[in-house]
Amino acid sequence: MKQYLLSVCYPAGSASPPPAALTKIMSDVIALQKDMQAAGVWVFSGGLHATNSATVLRHENGNIVLTDGPFIESKEQIGGITIVRVPDLDAALLWAGKLSSATTTPIEVRPFMEHAS
Amino acid sequence: MLTRFLGDIAFAEEAVQEAFVIALANWPTTGIPPSPVGWLITTARNKALDRLRREASRPERQHAAQLLNEVEQPEEHDVHDDHLRLIFTCCHPALAPDAQVALTLRLIGGLSTEEIAHAFLLQPTTLAQRLSRAKAKIRDANIPYRVPDAAELPTRLRAVLAVVYLIFNEGYSTSAADRMLRTELCDEAIRLGRLLVALLPQESEILGLLALMLLTDARRDARVRGGELVLLSDQDRSLWDETKMEEGRVLMRICLTRNRPGTYQLQAAINAVHIGSPSAANTDWQQILQLYDQLVAIAPSAVVALNRAVAVAEVHGVERALQLVEAIDLPKYHLYHAVRADLLRRVGRTADAASAYRLAFENCRNEVERGFLMRQHQSLARH
Repeated sequence: MKQYLLSVCYPAGSASPPPAALTKIMSDVIALQKDMQAAGVWVFSGGLHATNSATVLRHENGNIVLTDGPFIESKEQIGGITIVRVPDLDAALLWAGKLSSATTTPIEVRPFMEHAS
Repeated sequence: MLTRFLGDIAFAEEAVQEAFVIALANWPTTGIPPSPVGWLITTARNKALDRLRREASRPERQHAAQLLNEVEQPEEHDVHDDHLRLIFTCCHPALAPDAQVALTLRLIGGLSTEEIAHAFLLQPTTLAQRLSRAKAKIRDANIPYRVPDAAELPTRLRAVLAVVYLIFNEGYSTSAADRMLRTELCDEAIRLGRLLVALLPQESEILGLLALMLLTDARRDARVRGGELVLLSDQDRSLWDETKMEEGRVLMRICLTRNRPGTYQLQAAINAVHIGSPSAANTDWQQILQLYDQLVAIAPSAVVALNRAVAVAEVHGVERALQLVEAIDLPKYHLYHAVRADLLRRVGRTADAASAYRLAFENCRNEVERGFLMRQHQSLARH
């Protein structure tokens, strides 16, 4: 089994959907999460607040320095993440397809490194 | 497999090709045997034996014949499945198209990195990196080594056929200087097509693609004369390869009986109509237009619309075709400008035609075609 990160991608310049559409998206996403859990593939998922709510922390000259905002300033944003545990990329892509339909956005599918556990 | 025993790839390939030709001659009437790969291997082996008996010296003959007789019929299902798994993995849509092409040529075509790099006019180091990244992606993202299931097969097969066709087109749009090298790509694409037919004989689009490649490749010796491009209508038809054309026609006949048309079959049929006429003047443009209408219905695209317009010009007149072409948006496609230029020339808009040929030239990256387009431009610009 492998774990994959499914990231909800908001393309540059995309606006928030109108309230009615947003309600449908939320209910579709929740329904999909239940399906993933029933199938035994769901590890974690959650929506993210916009990047202006982010903070970046780094060590500089022995001090901790905080910066207001995301690590990468870009017009594209990650709106949420889902982690699935599946046998291979094809299985991850199948779930990513359903997630993409639910969120109406592109989904980036990225494998986690294996680690000795 | 035969190569292992005969030690000579060309010899083994000829034997396989002979077997294939027999298959194509008989299978339309007898039907495809239950294990086509097994049949091909057996027949090829027998052909090789026949040839050995005729040509090799006595000790050589005995030795080789002995080895051939020892060839175990492989677990046909395993060989078959293994090839399919490999092809579908190399052509996985999560890999970039140029990575799919490189992997297919390397792992299934068996071409060396240098050969592939040379054929695509790349540095071997660039190609080696591309292959290495593709293999890393397969490993890290865990692209599975399997044949897609029935639900995904149509989409995944389209990707495989697109790769094979891309390889063929890369080889076919050759520059005069690299000609010898590029025909290897056409040959390789056709070989891959034949392999796919043997592995998945029930998929009509594979037969269609192979027919398309054969019917196109049959014309390659007539395409360039003295380093210059020769249009289809001006080609010396005696230079067309009759064997390839016949093989293409046989495939088309099988496709017609199945009546499950698809884009490659339709494109092959269009080629067959072009080739079928004794001369360019006798071309059945009505039928070609009907085939394009079918193609537009199942796979509409700007390029198909453009090619259809060429047929429209012959059937409904140049003005009508010009109207269609003006509505198509393909500013970077050199053939768009070339088609438009030809139509403009035919309605007497010489200056506009000359400009269009110039645009075609500017958007074209093939040396032989550029030469052709520049000459067209110059001949009109002189008016």
